[in-house]
Amino acid sequence: MALTTSTSRRVRSRQLVGSGPSAWLAAPALAFFLLFAVIPLIGVVVLSFTSWDGLGEIRFDAVSSWARVLTDPVTGNALVVTAKIMFFSFIVQAPISLLLGVFTAAGQKYRAALAVLYFVPLLLSSAAVAIAFKALLDPNFGLGPGLGLPALAQDWLGNSDLVLFVVVFVIAWQFVPFHTLIYQGGVRQIPASFYEAAQIDGAGRIQQFVNITLPQLKYTVITSSTLMVVGSLAYFDLIFVLTAGGPGYATRLLPLHMYLTGFKANDMGAASALGVILVVIGLGLALLLQRLGGKNRNASQLEGA
Amino acid sequence: MKIGKLRAAAFAVTAAALSVSLSACGSAGPAGSATTGDSPTMWGLTGGGQQVLQQTVDSWNKAHPDEAIKLDFFANDAYKTKVRTAVGAGQGPTFIYGWGGGVLKSYVDAGQVEDLSGFLKENPEVKDRYLPSVLKSGELDGKTYALPNNNVQPVVLYYNKDVFDKVGARPPKTWDELMALVPKFKAAGIAPFSLGGQSKWPDLMWLEYLVERIGGPDVFANIAANKPNAWSDPAVAEALARIQELVDAGGFINGFSSIAADSNADQALLYTGKAAMVLQGGWIYQGMKKDAPDFVKNGKLGYTNFPTVEGGKGDPANVVGNPSNFWSISSKATEGQKKAALDYVKSGMFTEENTQALIDSGAVPVVNGIESKLAASPDKDFLSFVYGMAKDAPSFTLSWDQALSPAQGDAMLANLDQIFLKKMTPEQFISTMNATIGK
Repeated sequence: MALTTSTSRRVRSRQLVGSGPSAWLAAPALAFFLLFAVIPLIGVVVLSFTSWDGLGEIRFDAVSSWARVLTDPVTGNALVVTAKIMFFSFIVQAPISLLLGVFTAAGQKYRAALAVLYFVPLLLSSAAVAIAFKALLDPNFGLGPGLGLPALAQDWLGNSDLVLFVVVFVIAWQFVPFHTLIYQGGVRQIPASFYEAAQIDGAGRIQQFVNITLPQLKYTVITSSTLMVVGSLAYFDLIFVLTAGGPGYATRLLPLHMYLTGFKANDMGAASALGVILVVIGLGLALLLQRLGGKNRNASQLEGA
Repeated sequence: MKIGKLRAAAFAVTAAALSVSLSACGSAGPAGSATTGDSPTMWGLTGGGQQVLQQTVDSWNKAHPDEAIKLDFFANDAYKTKVRTAVGAGQGPTFIYGWGGGVLKSYVDAGQVEDLSGFLKENPEVKDRYLPSVLKSGELDGKTYALPNNNVQPVVLYYNKDVFDKVGARPPKTWDELMALVPKFKAAGIAPFSLGGQSKWPDLMWLEYLVERIGGPDVFANIAANKPNAWSDPAVAEALARIQELVDAGGFINGFSSIAADSNADQALLYTGKAAMVLQGGWIYQGMKKDAPDFVKNGKLGYTNFPTVEGGKGDPANVVGNPSNFWSISSKATEGQKKAALDYVKSGMFTEENTQALIDSGAVPVVNGIESKLAASPDKDFLSFVYGMAKDAPSFTLSWDQALSPAQGDAMLANLDQIFLKKMTPEQFISTMNATIGK
């Protein structure tokens, strides 16, 4: 009985590989994608060639919005801030979540308990995280004065040189658990036989990590890095609540600049142009990271397992 | 077993996520008693004036079930974005809550709000009940598009009397006296001024008053009128320089640009004695009355006009701040909604009951002839002070971020932030702001 089912399943799966599932199965997803991604995107491109304050008539204005956006020093600053946050977020988050992921992937009970604790920040909404940190970082009523530790009572959110790193820290606090989870899943898929073989060969822990875990996690690293890098183009809610882009323009990154241009300054044309820039950068980065992963992504990593 | 645990965990996660998203949805205000599709809709702001507005509308709805108003409340910043989007999409409320100034102008330019001049002519008693200086803020090109709906909110210099007694100081009458107080307080380990710099708009109050005292109301009137290079007026440069002098002298509390005014942290510094003074809007009196009742009740809270500046042209009695909030009537509302809305404006607002409720909350209604009511209030000293300030002011300049177009206001706040942080010189500020004129 068991034998027949497994053979028939194998036969069926071979048929599927041959013909592939019907293309119609993609239709619902495609319809949603068209409706909620492609059509609005076209709308944004069109709006970027108009000037509109959100209330009156939409007037076609050729490239004036683009000229305004591209000559505005604040746009350049927003790009620099975005790049900085992307870079530092990656540098901080990637190693921490890789190590935590490897640590929590092992079976011991205390590690499982810790994994649950690490997971908690992910359950909180970004706005809640930002409000909590804003209160904790208050130089007069926050964590520092509360605990009597003057070293913690810095001008965290008001010092233009410091604030970027505070933002990177809070982002990491919120998103490291997510990437830890991805790495944890990746590590758990590595066959135990690899490690057994390595142990027989006399490899130590660090050698095992460098020669087995890391190479086996190649695609996990790419997935997680793509999410980190492209995701940092979408950081908005947390920074909006935490600093609102301030002090000055110190944390006004591209998505925030787009929002403030559109909904505070009511310049929808310029905001749409910024939106288009954001989409182009995001797609470019995602493509680049996929390329870095090598062309033949279907090649098995488990050969010889 | 393991799968069971996993499933339980997944369920818990989903439940938590769901409850978060659900709680985000259920925040609509209480629905009016018998409202229909043709009932006027009104969006108010949460916070200080919420209770009074709710009471007023409730009693109107009770007395006029056929013209009942459907009232919802929103948080300040969220409201500003939401209402504009809604009005632009033709989904706005009948009553549009506003501050006058640049935003009102954009509504008028887009033909979204009713011209109320005719209504005022037919109902002179409505026009006569308001303080004239306040009513003017709802006018544009000689026509009235918005009517004041609550209390006057001038910017006031508050001080902590205990702290002043401790160092033997007196509230400053001139800018030089103010600067002389700074080292005195610092020597006593007290910050001279509290400032909610993270919120940016409290910074603006300093610039507004300094420009007013140095150059008089015309300087900003020119800026608001979009005259080319209006920011180049020497009064602006001098005001910015004086702000930076005060920053250099350590006038503002350490870490002021991390302090958020939205969480009332700046006023908390005043009543806890960590700071001696704060320049803030009239509305924080209501907040302090609630957060530090003993401090206010025992007369420890002092308040005075912004000091004069030597050689300045501005009348020391001139005031800056928010004259009031306003109702505009949406031009996209149905005839029934408009009629009901105007009836409410005529006989539902500033009734005896409404005026008294405003006074009891620690606010000064923008209507004439309330001196005796104010004198009977437990907050009579402060209320009479504010009322006198508003009534006797030769000029009442609307907060600049409200008066300017949204694009200019946004740029101004971000750049002023840099002035306080000394990341920008007054010259840079002026040339950047000149470039925004007309936007």
